[in-house]
Amino acid sequence: MRYSGLKVITEGLFGNKGWTPAWRDPSPKADYDVVIIGGGGHGLSTAYYLAKNHGITNVAVLEKGYLGSGNIGRNTTIVRANYFLPGNSEFYSHSMKLWEGLESELNYNVMHSQRGLINLFHSDGQRDAFVRRGNAMINQGDDAILLDRDGVREHLPYLDFDNTRFPIYGGLLHPRGGSARHDAVAWGYARGADSRGVDLIQNCEVTGIDIQNGKVLGVQTTRGAIRAKKVGIIVAGRSSQVAAMAGMRLPIESHVLQAFVTEGLKPVINHVISFGMGHFYISQSDKGGLVFGGDLDFYASYAARGNLPMVEHVMEAGMTLMPMIGRAKVLRSWGGIMDMSPDGSPIIDKTHIDGLFIDCGWNYGGFKAVPASGWCMAHLMATGEPHEVARKFRLDRFATGHLLDEEGTGSQHNLH
Amino acid sequence: MRLTCPLCGERDRREFYYYGAEDYLHRPAEGAPLAEWDNYLHLRDNPAGVTKDLWYHEAGCSQWLLVTRNTVTHEILGAELVAERKA
Repeated sequence: MRYSGLKVITEGLFGNKGWTPAWRDPSPKADYDVVIIGGGGHGLSTAYYLAKNHGITNVAVLEKGYLGSGNIGRNTTIVRANYFLPGNSEFYSHSMKLWEGLESELNYNVMHSQRGLINLFHSDGQRDAFVRRGNAMINQGDDAILLDRDGVREHLPYLDFDNTRFPIYGGLLHPRGGSARHDAVAWGYARGADSRGVDLIQNCEVTGIDIQNGKVLGVQTTRGAIRAKKVGIIVAGRSSQVAAMAGMRLPIESHVLQAFVTEGLKPVINHVISFGMGHFYISQSDKGGLVFGGDLDFYASYAARGNLPMVEHVMEAGMTLMPMIGRAKVLRSWGGIMDMSPDGSPIIDKTHIDGLFIDCGWNYGGFKAVPASGWCMAHLMATGEPHEVARKFRLDRFATGHLLDEEGTGSQHNLH
Repeated sequence: MRLTCPLCGERDRREFYYYGAEDYLHRPAEGAPLAEWDNYLHLRDNPAGVTKDLWYHEAGCSQWLLVTRNTVTHEILGAELVAERKA
């Protein structure tokens, strides 16, 4: 069914009885060309682009819970292309271009809103670094505008500019940055993949990966064995457990990252604002809630909830930056499981097992990458060659030293 | 989360610096092949469940602790001083 404004009006007039489910609920077949483990944003977009770009439609996406029940359904929804390093820069630029056409591509309202993203800086040294980053973004063909203190004040008059510890010197504005409706991205890709013949199989947990003579044969699941010529592991925070089924040990440590939402308020914050020195970032959802977060709790965790010290730290940073939010009531908080890589950059690569591929290591930045990750993973699985914008996301780069350390802090698990 | 330091007793998580998995205690010997260094520095079991990892009691006794804990429940199951471990 094609969605349109006219369809909404006619359905409204006739009791909304004509809507049909957005995707089927099939039982798994015994055999597929491609099995994707993980029905989150990256898995669903991979399945979509396998079908759309490469004509591979005999595909199953296996999800142990319900579609989009992991990090795609619980993140802070920021979309940006403000990376510096060659390897990251072209990838996120590609993702941004896909975002900009995503709604017409999927015939689905993902509420992509390019409201502008502002990264604040607080010293001369930080300004120099942001000038350099902005130039890298412009060289990549994306947009960046350096704002001085008065420039930031025009956009964000409500900040505390004279904070003693972190006075605001200016900001780097990325006008095409913004946010999107997280669930809708999963649902849009799911519907698009399903309509092209992909089987989306929910409540189907993979319990084993069948390998013989160095080649993948399929997977064992809670709904029976499924044969597959190719298998993609796209399971974010659970990457280490699934890879272990194939005897692999990954350069991944899973950490908890918390985020918070307030009660709905009238429109007050029009941008996405990041206050890196305080480990705080914030935007306002279309529903009115302030959506904000900070840094990792900084210990390996699968608990999907954090501890109070980081809650306190994030609230303090928010109050430091914008005292006006002090009266807002926090409605809920949650913790997501982040697949942290040693250098803070992702992995989209083949494994040493023929037919087994992996897409992981998204750290705390996987949401904006959903379109390009699926695009590039589908390219890799279909052609056997890495896509040109993802060619540096190698699994073996830690062993070879070809790191992608965007923050420049080192390649070690507790540094990102 | 509160950790029980063998010297200081039960203390708030804020007193500790988290370093990472127990793997850091198994430093390869000088001249070890690069694969061993990769294994030591980067590759992790990353278990969902009981794990052992290294915490530094920064705001306390300044000792390194090997903590046994559950990554799913955040339950702390024990801690020993790295300095008193038998290699």
